This record gives sequence, structure tokens and C-alpha cells, in this order.
Amino acid sequence: MLDLYTPGSSFLHRLPPAPKMLAMMLGATLLFINQSLPVTIAATLVIFALYPVAQLTLKQAFAQIRPLLIIFVLFFVVQWYFSGLELAAYVVLRLAALILLASLVTLTTRSSDMIDTMTHGLSYLKPIGVNPEKVSLAISLALRFIPVLAQITREVREAQKTRGLERSVIAVAMPMAIRAIKMADDISDAIDSRGYRS
Amino acid sequence: MIKLHDVSVSFGERTVLNSLSLDLTERRIAIIGANGSGKSTFARLLNGLALPTSGEVLVHGLNTRKKGRDVRRKVGFVFQNPDNQIVMPVVEEDLAFGMKNLGFSKDDIATKTDEVLARYNMSDLREHPAHLLSGGQKQLLAISGVLVMAPDIVVMDEPTTLLDLRNKRRIARAVAALDQMVITVTHDLDLITDYDRVIAIDEGRIFADGTPPDVIPAYEKLMS
Repeated sequence: MLDLYTPGSSFLHRLPPAPKMLAMMLGATLLFINQSLPVTIAATLVIFALYPVAQLTLKQAFAQIRPLLIIFVLFFVVQWYFSGLELAAYVVLRLAALILLASLVTLTTRSSDMIDTMTHGLSYLKPIGVNPEKVSLAISLALRFIPVLAQITREVREAQKTRGLERSVIAVAMPMAIRAIKMADDISDAIDSRGYRS
Repeated sequence: MIKLHDVSVSFGERTVLNSLSLDLTERRIAIIGANGSGKSTFARLLNGLALPTSGEVLVHGLNTRKKGRDVRRKVGFVFQNPDNQIVMPVVEEDLAFGMKNLGFSKDDIATKTDEVLARYNMSDLREHPAHLLSGGQKQLLAISGVLVMAPDIVVMDEPTTLLDLRNKRRIARAVAALDQMVITVTHDLDLITDYDRVIAIDEGRIFADGTPPDVIPAYEKLMS
């Protein structure tokens, strides 16, 4: 969701976020209710097939699950050992299908549209004290600053590496925390400066 | 016009700015000073991000203490590090952020976004993730995010400090082309040679105030 959105004009791109998000929730629920390996295989293949429909490549599809391959292997081995090959394949495929499905939605939906939809959905919770705008801003800020914090982590690690301290948790965590707090102050001022009414 | 009347700012025991009284009317004004001289605090006073411990700051007659939100609508602020100013994940979303807060219509937001992106040759970056922009592009986005809100005055806090020479020149050209009154806090003396007025601050007081040829040599002498 950080920078996943890929501009396009496919049917899935043009579909409003709400039905896509609802379909994703429904699909995820069905994947978990379903206990059959053949159905899970079929569902995974269908989701894969939706990538070209959305003008996305299969390479992009694989890129979504590649970071989790180690976890998949770990799950597979543990499940195989305790419950057998079929259940192991079922568990891993179900997880992969779920990630592919969620990624398909984020690849074809702008984060702003998704956040607007969530904000609209949350507006029904106003009577019980939920402030949809605040929730929406919090999600946007999280999306925006995760890569910035990752960059800060890299910079601090590199700086500490030159001093032979890259393995020291405190040597990395302390400068990061200080920079993050300073950054939070500046961001708060920037939001104020741009007319945000809390 | 911005008026500072006997303004002091203190943080605990430390006095950062001491009894400043100024009228800021020129189209291009630079604030220079050493690190810790109080110039960033000075800049933050101008749109109400910081409030004076004593005295008052008036922007078009509005007191920053009482009318902070109205003042911020008139005075846009560009921060030193654009990474801390860009609050939305995608370029066009960030440009829309300030306009949405001010209640602009969807059509106005789209039109102004188009205009400002075209102005800085960034139209192809409309849907680009903000964190993948170059330093110069980020600073231009930060400036654009302020300009789309149509402020009367733009305050910039060291806008070129983190940039390379090419991007510094790019930002300098962008600033020079602005119609608004611009107040720039900077260490970059090359940036301000054609400004109308330069105010040098040292240890919380005005050390020199005048045109660049008058103030910059005096400031360089002080720094040496």
C-alpha cells in the first residue's frame, strides 16, 4: 500500500474502492471458511488470472509474495511435519491467495480513494465518538512516513557501522527515537501550517 | 504587511529573541544569522507556529496569538526538510491536503493541482509516491503544497540547505518567480543577493538591517 498503486485504465482500476474492498473482505472470509485444497488452488489461480485483467504482470504478482517466502517455507515445513502435506499446502496457498488478493486491491486503488472510502465508512461511527478525519489522517501519515522512517533507520545504521556499533540496539534505537520525535514536532507544525482543523 | 511590536521569545531561562520591533513590507526579505541566533524562531513567529513570550506579531492587522488559523491561511510556511512537510503518500494527494483543509471544491483542487504541477514541470509525477522523489523535487512539492493554498506571504526556513547546487538554483528560480511577498531564512548568501532587504540576527537581536550590499559584508565580517 506504500507505493503499490500502479496507474491504469482496467476494469479493476475504474471500479470504485468500496466494492473492491467489500469483495476483498468477502473473498478473504470465504478463503478461510473453505477447507478444500482443490478449491484453494482454484481460488489462487483465479486471483493470479486477475492480475493480467488489471493490466498487471505476473512478475508484479510474484513480487507481492516474495518478501514472505521464508515465512511460507517455515509454515509449510512445520505444517507438513505436524499435519501432513495436504494441510501444509492448503495453509500456505490460502495465505498466498489472501496476500495476492489484498495486493490486487491496493495495486488498482489509489491510497487516497481507499482512505476516503474508509473515512466515509467510519462516519457512521461518529455517534459513538469516532472522528473519521483523524483516523484518515493517521492512516495517511502512517503510509507516508513508514518509508521515511525506514530511510532514517538505514542512515543511522550506516552511521553506527562506521563506528563499529551496528549490532548495538541502543546505538541504533536512540538516535532514531530522537530523530523521530523531532520529526513528529515538525510534521505537527506542517499540518497546522496547512490549515488542518483538528 | 507584518508588524512585530517589542517581541521577545524565551524558552525557560534562555532568551531567543529580545525586544524586536519591525515592519516587514518589502517583496523579498531575507533573515540571516548563525546557528542558534534565533532566526528560525523569528520565522515561526510570522505564521503563528511560535508565539511571542511578550509583545505581539500582526499580519495584515491580525494578531498571531488570537487569530492563528486566519494568519496561517495568509502566511504559507516552507520548512527546511521537505520530508517533514509532505504529509501525504502521493504527490497529488499532498497538494490536495491543504486545499481540502481550506474547503476548496473538488474542481478547484484538480485545477490548481494541474496548474502548479505544470508550473514546475512535475506533471508526470502527479501519481508518484512522495518518498521516491529527489531532494529538489521534494522541496518543489513542499513549495507547491503551500502555493496552492494561495497565501499572501510565503515564509521559507532554509529552503536550500539540504540541496545540491543544481537544485539550489532550481529553487532560487522558483522563489524569484513568485508573486507573493517572500521571507527567507537562510545561510545561503548567494540566494539573497537580489533581495530587497536583509535582516541579520545575532544572539536574539537585530545586528544589521538594510539592503544586501549593506548587510551581507557586515554579516560576513561578524562571522569571521
